Amino acid sequence: MSTRPTPRVRLPATAKAGEMIEIKSLISHEMESGQRRDAQGAAIPRKIIKGFRATFNGKEVFRADWHPAISANPYQSFFVKATESGEFEFTWSDDDGSNYVAKNKITVA
Amino acid sequence: MDTLTREPTRRFALAAGALAFAAAAIAPRLAFAKPSDVEAEFAKLLGGKKPSDGRIKLDLPAIAENGLVVPLGVDIESPMTDADHVKAVHVFADGNPQPGVVSFYFTPQCGKAAASTRIRLAQTQNIVALVEMSNGSFFTASQEVKVTIGGCGG
Amino acid sequence: MISRRDFMQAAGAAAMVTGLGGGLLGKAAAQGRLTQAELLRFPATGNVTLVHITDLHAQLVPIYYREPSWNLGVGKAAGLPPHLTGQRFLSHYNIAAKTPEAHALTDQDFAELAKSHGRMGGIDRIATVIKAIRAERGNRVLLLDGGDTWTNSWTSLQTKAADIVDVMNALKPDAMTGHWEFTLGEARVEEIVKALPFPFLAQNVRDTDFEEKVFEQRRSFERGGVRIAVIGQAYPYTPIANPRWMFPKWTMGIREDDVQKQVDEARAEGADLVVLLSHNGFDMDRKMAGRVKGIDVILTAHTHDALPQVLSVGKTLLVASGSHGKFVSRLDLDVRDKQIKGFSYRLIPVFADAIAPDPEVAALIARHRAPFAQDLGRVLGKTTGVLYRRGNFQGSFDDVFTDAMLEVRDAEISLSPGVRWGASLLPGQDITFEDVTNGCAMTYPACYRMQMTGARLKEVIEDVADNIFNPDPYFQGGGDMVRVGGMGFTIDPTKAIGSRISGMTHLKTGQPIDASRNYTVAGWASINENTQGPPIWEVVEQFITARKVIEPRPLDAVKVVGV
Repeated sequence: MSTRPTPRVRLPATAKAGEMIEIKSLISHEMESGQRRDAQGAAIPRKIIKGFRATFNGKEVFRADWHPAISANPYQSFFVKATESGEFEFTWSDDDGSNYVAKNKITVA
Repeated sequence: MDTLTREPTRRFALAAGALAFAAAAIAPRLAFAKPSDVEAEFAKLLGGKKPSDGRIKLDLPAIAENGLVVPLGVDIESPMTDADHVKAVHVFADGNPQPGVVSFYFTPQCGKAAASTRIRLAQTQNIVALVEMSNGSFFTASQEVKVTIGGCGG
Repeated sequence: MISRRDFMQAAGAAAMVTGLGGGLLGKAAAQGRLTQAELLRFPATGNVTLVHITDLHAQLVPIYYREPSWNLGVGKAAGLPPHLTGQRFLSHYNIAAKTPEAHALTDQDFAELAKSHGRMGGIDRIATVIKAIRAERGNRVLLLDGGDTWTNSWTSLQTKAADIVDVMNALKPDAMTGHWEFTLGEARVEEIVKALPFPFLAQNVRDTDFEEKVFEQRRSFERGGVRIAVIGQAYPYTPIANPRWMFPKWTMGIREDDVQKQVDEARAEGADLVVLLSHNGFDMDRKMAGRVKGIDVILTAHTHDALPQVLSVGKTLLVASGSHGKFVSRLDLDVRDKQIKGFSYRLIPVFADAIAPDPEVAALIARHRAPFAQDLGRVLGKTTGVLYRRGNFQGSFDDVFTDAMLEVRDAEISLSPGVRWGASLLPGQDITFEDVTNGCAMTYPACYRMQMTGARLKEVIEDVADNIFNPDPYFQGGGDMVRVGGMGFTIDPTKAIGSRISGMTHLKTGQPIDASRNYTVAGWASINENTQGPPIWEVVEQFITARKVIEPRPLDAVKVVGV
C-alpha cells in the first residue's frame, strides 16, 4: 500500500450515563484477499486487517476477527453502554504485523 | 482470476462492461465453499452441542447492490448482563472461496449485542450466523443474499 | 379503527366515480366527445386531498402510450391487480369496451381508439387539472410526485433535466422522490435538489461511508387541519438496475425497518396521516403494506400501473397512478382521530384534446422545447403499424431497436433493456427523432458490440427473468424482460432461476444456441463505466432512415409457457 491506512471513527463526544451509544468506524485498506491472481497468473499474496479491537479505559469492550471476505476499507459498527467518562482506544491489526490506532474521548454526564 | 477482488480485473471489466447487464462480482468460478464446509466450522465451535433457531436477527439485503460491499448486521436479543450475555457471533458464507466471514466478540459493557460490517459475496449464497451465549448455549440463523448481474431497471 | 362498513361505503363511492359501465366517461364517449368538466367531476370528501403524479419520464407534451398486453403476476400476486390486462382488466373493474377509460387503461383496440380519443398527458394539461383541484379544495391539497420525472426525453437529456425541473416547479409540488433521477449523477442531483422549492424525500438513500442520510427522509405538512407526514422511498434497487458508478457515494436498499422507524417517529410527533411516497413498485409496496404497521396511504410508482380504484392491504390504501403523464390521481380523505374515516378516489385520465392546456405552463414548455425543435421534429421514416414498448416481453418498438442493432452493428444477437418507458406510435404516423429518443434518451446510451458465449447469454436472460418473475416482491426489479433480437426462446415464468429459459434458437440459422460458441452481441444501456459504442439513438436513426418504412411483424420469437 502506498499510503498508511487511515482510520476514521464516529461516536458522540458526550453521552448520558446509561445511554447506548453507537460507534462507527472505517479504515482505508485494500483487504487483499490472497485469492486473486495478477495479469501473469501469479497469486497476489494476502494482506488484510485481521482484527479490530476496542477498549474503554484500558478494558476490552468489543472485538472482531475479520476474514478475507470483509470488504475493502472495512467498516465496523457496534454499541457501548456509556457508564463513565474516559477514552476509547481502537486498534486494527494488519497481517504484516502493523497496528493502526485511533483514540476518542467521551464525557459522560 | 477470482471473485473476491477489490476491483474487477481488466479483462473482466472489459467483458462485463460491454454487457448490457454487467456484474460486479460474477466471474469464472473456482472452488467455492460448500454448505458442508460451514457445517464443519460450526462443529468446531459447537463441540457437540446443538444450536437452537432464532434469537438473532440478520440484517442483510435481499439483493446485493454490489457483491464486493454487502452490508451485514447482526442483532441478538439479550439483557447483556455479566450473568447472561452474548459472547460471540460467528458468521459464515457457504458460497465464497472460504467459509469464514467475521466473528464479533461482545462484552456486557456493550449493552446491546448488535454490530455491523460490510462483506464480499462471490455469488448468490446463504449467510449463516452462530451465536454463542455466556451460558454455553448456541443459536443460529441464516439468510440468502442474491448477487445479480443487474441492469434493465424500468 | 376504520370500520369495515366505512370502507365498504367509501369503496362504493369510489367505484361509482370510476367504474360502472364506463363510469362518468361512458356517456361522453357515447356522444363521441369528452369534456374537461366531466374529466374533473369528483364527489369531494373529507378534509384532505392527495394529488399524485408519477413516472412522467420527462414527457412535457402529450403522447400515445399503449398499456401492456402482458403483465404477469407471480406468486401471491398472480391474477391480482395490477397483473390484469385487456379484457380481464376491463371485466375486473367493470369498464365498458371502447370507452375512453378502456382506452386509457388497456391495450384493447389501441390504434382505433387512439385515433378517436387522441393523445394523453402533457404537463400543461396536468397543470390545468391540478389548478382546478386546488381551486376547489384550497389548502386541503397536497401534490406529490413519485419520481422518474427528470429523465428520458431528448430535451431533458440535452438540458440535464433543467427543462423538466423548471416545468415541474410550475406545478408547485409539495414533495417528490426518485429513481432515474439518480442517473443524472450525484453532482447534478445534488445541484438540482439544493435549488428545488420543495423537498426531495428519500429515507433509504444513505452515504457509503457511515450510512448517513443523504436526503431529507420525511416532511410534515398541515392541510385542512390534518397533520400529514410524508415519507420518501426512492427506488431501492437503483444501484443494481442503473449504473452505480454514476452515484458511487450513495447506497439504497429497501430498508423496511427504517420505513417502520420513520412511521413510528411520525406518529410520535403527532401525525394524523402517514403517507409513503414510494418508488418501490406495486408488488413491493403491497408486501411492505402488509409488514410495516401504521402507513395510511402508499402512493406507488415505478411499475407504471394505472388502477382505477385504490387497493387496500389491511388499513393501508395503495394508489397506482400510471405513467407518462396519462393520469393524475386524486384521493380525497376524511381524516379524523388519526384515522381515515372515508375516502373517494379517481384516476383522472388526462385526455389532451379534452383538457385545455394551462397557458403559462404551455408557454414554458414551448420555450424549453424551442432550441431543440429541429432535432425533435426530424422525420426519419414512417410506421405501418402500432409501435409500442410496454409489456413483459418484446414490443413492436423494441423490434425496431433490436433489428437496428443487428443491422447497424452487424451482430448476430442484440439485447435491449426492458424499460417500461417510451411512447407509442400509431399506424401511418411519421417516426421522428423525438419518438426514437422518447424510448432511449438516457445518460448511458452506448451501443456496444462484443462476443458472448451461448452459456453467458442464457445466464444473462435467466438473471433478468428472475428480476421480474421472482415470486418474492422484495426480489423484483420492476422492469420487463430484456428484449432480444436475432434469437428466440421459450420462457416459463413460474420456474426458478436457471430453469425458466429454454429453446434458445438463433433465428437466422434456425440452429439451437450453442452454449460454448461465441456470438457477436450488440446491446445498449450497459451499467458498466466506459462502455464503448455509438449512442443508441444514432443506431436506430440510421436504421429507420435507411428503411424509410417500418412494418411491425408478429411478435413470436418469445414463447411463454406455464401461465
